[in-house]
Amino acid sequence: METVALLVPAVPAMAGVIALTQWRRLATWVGIAATALVLAGGATLGVATAGGDVVERFDGMVRVDALSAWMIVLIGVVALIATIYGAGYVSAELAQGHTTASGARTYGVLVQWFVAAMLVAVSTDNLGVMWVAVEATTIVTAFLVGHRHTRASVEASWKYVVIASVGVTMAFLGTVLVYFATRHGVPDATLRWSELVSIAGQLDPAVMRTAVGLLLVGYATKAGLAPLHTWLPDAHSQAPAPVSALMSGVLLSVAAYTILRVKVVADITLGPGYLRVLLLIAGVASVLLAAGLLLAQADYKRLLAYSSIEHMGLIAIGAAIGTPLAMAGVLLHMLGHGIAKAVAFCASGEILLESGTTRIADTSALLARRPLIGGTFGLALLALLGFPPFSMFASELAIFRAGFAADLGWVMLLTTAGLLVVFAAVLVHGQRMLLGRPAAEADTGSRSRAVMIPLVGGLVLAAGLGLWLGPLRPLIDSAVSVVSL
Amino acid sequence: MSDGTLFRLLELAVGLSLVCGFVALWRRGLVSIIRALAVQGAAVASVALLLGIHEGQVQALVAAVLLLVLKAIVIPRVLIGVVGRTVEYREIEPLINIPTLLLAGAVTTAIAYLAGRHLTALAPGPVTQAVPIGMAVMLLGFLLLVFRRKAVTQVVGFLMLENGVALVAFLTTAGLPLVIELGAALDLLLVVLVLQVLAGRMVRQFGATDLNQLMELRD
Repeated sequence: METVALLVPAVPAMAGVIALTQWRRLATWVGIAATALVLAGGATLGVATAGGDVVERFDGMVRVDALSAWMIVLIGVVALIATIYGAGYVSAELAQGHTTASGARTYGVLVQWFVAAMLVAVSTDNLGVMWVAVEATTIVTAFLVGHRHTRASVEASWKYVVIASVGVTMAFLGTVLVYFATRHGVPDATLRWSELVSIAGQLDPAVMRTAVGLLLVGYATKAGLAPLHTWLPDAHSQAPAPVSALMSGVLLSVAAYTILRVKVVADITLGPGYLRVLLLIAGVASVLLAAGLLLAQADYKRLLAYSSIEHMGLIAIGAAIGTPLAMAGVLLHMLGHGIAKAVAFCASGEILLESGTTRIADTSALLARRPLIGGTFGLALLALLGFPPFSMFASELAIFRAGFAADLGWVMLLTTAGLLVVFAAVLVHGQRMLLGRPAAEADTGSRSRAVMIPLVGGLVLAAGLGLWLGPLRPLIDSAVSVVSL
Repeated sequence: MSDGTLFRLLELAVGLSLVCGFVALWRRGLVSIIRALAVQGAAVASVALLLGIHEGQVQALVAAVLLLVLKAIVIPRVLIGVVGRTVEYREIEPLINIPTLLLAGAVTTAIAYLAGRHLTALAPGPVTQAVPIGMAVMLLGFLLLVFRRKAVTQVVGFLMLENGVALVAFLTTAGLPLVIELGAALDLLLVVLVLQVLAGRMVRQFGATDLNQLMELRD
C-alpha cells in the first residue's frame, strides 16, 4: 500500500516527463492513462484507509489517511475528465492556429506536473512539504494561464503569479511560526501534522494565533476566498478550458484542504472560536461578493469563475461550522463542485471553440444549434445551482442543516440571500445563452461528438453521487472523523 | 568568535537588511533598487551563517551558502537581465510620491515592532529580539510591491517580502529542516524565472512593463 501512495504522485510526474518528447499523440494517451491510474490509486488507498488506517512512509513525507484518500479520488476524477477532454481541445486549438506544436507540448507537460503537485500537497504529513507543493502549483499553472500569449492572458498570469505567491509566502511565515512554537514547551520541534495534533494543547497560544492567521491568509488566497480572490476570475477565465476545469474544480479544493488540516491543530490550541469567526467572515463575504458580480456578468467563463468563489465561500462556511454533518457536506461539496465545474468549464471550451467569443451577449440559441453542448452546459449550470438529483443539492442541504443546528441562523440566512441572487443571475444568463431561435444560417459545428463523452460521464456521475454514495460512504465517514470537532 | 561579537554582527546584518528596504523605497533607478535587493540578500544569508555558527548546525551553514548564491547573485542577475532587455532603467511616478512612501515605511516599521512583540515573548533573547525587524523588512517589501508600477520593482518588492520572511524564519527557528529549505529556495527561483518570462511577454504585448496598463480584465 505504501508503494501505491508513492506511485500516485509519481505517475503523473513521469507522464509529464514523457510529454517532453516529440510524440504528442503518445504523450496524450499516456497522460490520460496516468490520470486514470491516479483515480485507481485513490480508490485503492480509499479502501485501505476507510477503516481509519493510515499509510505512511519516509518519516511522514508521505502519509495518506482517509481525508487524503478522499482528495486523491477528487483529483483523479476531475483530472480524468480534464485530460480526456483536453486531448480534443488541444487538437482543435492547433487546428485553429491558437497554439503551436511546442505550445501544445508545454501544455501536456505542465498539466501532468500540475496534477502531480496537487497530489503531493494532499498526501504528505509535513506542513513544510505541503507548502512547497502548493507553491509549485502556482509555478506550473502560470504558463498554463498564459497559454494563449494574448494581452489579456499575460495580464491574468502576471496578476495570478504575483498575488498567489505573495499570499502563499504568508502561509510560509505561518508554517515557520508553527515550527517556532514547537521549539518551545514541547520535546521535539516538528512540522508533522499528526504530531502537531497530539501536542497542540501545549503550544504557545499567542504565537499560534499569529501563525494560524497567516496560514489562513495564505491558503485562503489560493482558495480564492474574498477579499483575497482578485486574481481568480482573471486566471480562471484566461486559462484553456481543461486547465480552468482543474484550477476551479480541484486546485481551489486542495487549498481548502490545507485550511482544514490547519484548522484541526488550531482548534485544539486556540479553541474553535478563532478560525470559525475568520472563516465565516471570508465565507459569507465570498458568497455575497460572487452574487453581486454574477448579476451583471458579461462573460460566461468569468461567470463560472465567480460561481467557484461562491462555492468556496460555502465550503469555508461549512468548515467554520465544523460539526461532522457540516464536514461531510464540505467534503461531498468539494467532489460535487469539482465534477460539475469541470464539466461546465469544458463545455464552455466547446462553446468558445465554436463561437470564438466568451461574451454572453454574443452567444444564443445553443440548445437549438448545438443540443449536446448546450444541454451539457445547461445541466452543469443546474448542478452548480444545487438542483437535485445532483450531489450539490445534498451537500448544500447538509451544510445548511448543520449551520442552523449550530445556532448560526443569521449567517445561514445571509448566505441564503446570497445564494438566491446567484440562482437568479445564473438562470438569467444561462437562458440567454441556451434558449432562443437560431439565426438563419446553418449550423457550422464540425467537432466530433466524441469529445463530449467525458462531460456526459461527469454529469451522470454527479447525479449518481447525489442519489447514492455507495462505496464512498465509509471513506467519507472516516475522512470526516479526521477533521471534525 | 565570542557570543558578544556574534550578536553584534547579527544585529548589524539584520539592520543592514532594513536599510536596504528603505533604499529600495527611496531610489528611482531600477538598477540601484536591484543592488539594494542583492545586498539585502547577502545580509539575510549572513544572518543564516551567523546563526549556523552559533547553534553549531551544519545544515544552517548549507542553507546560508545556498541563500547567498540564490539571493545575492543569481536572482539579482536575472533581474538585471530583464532591465537590460526591456530597456527600461527608471521607475515611473509611483502611486504615492517618494517622501510619503518613506514616511509610510517608517510607520510600517513601528507597526512591525508592535506586532512582533508577542513573538519575541515566547523565547526572549538577543536573537529573537530582532524578529520585529524581520517583519519590518517584510512590510517594506509589501509597500514596494503595492505602490511601485514597474514589473521589475514589483518583483523586487515580492523578493524583499520573502527576505523578511526568511529573516523571521532564521531568527525564530534557526532554519527549517533542510529538505523544506531546499524546496522553498527552488520554488522561489522558479517564481522569479516565471515572472522574468512574463515580463518579456508583457513588453512584446504592451511595449513596456508599466503595470498601469494591466487594466483590461476587470468587473
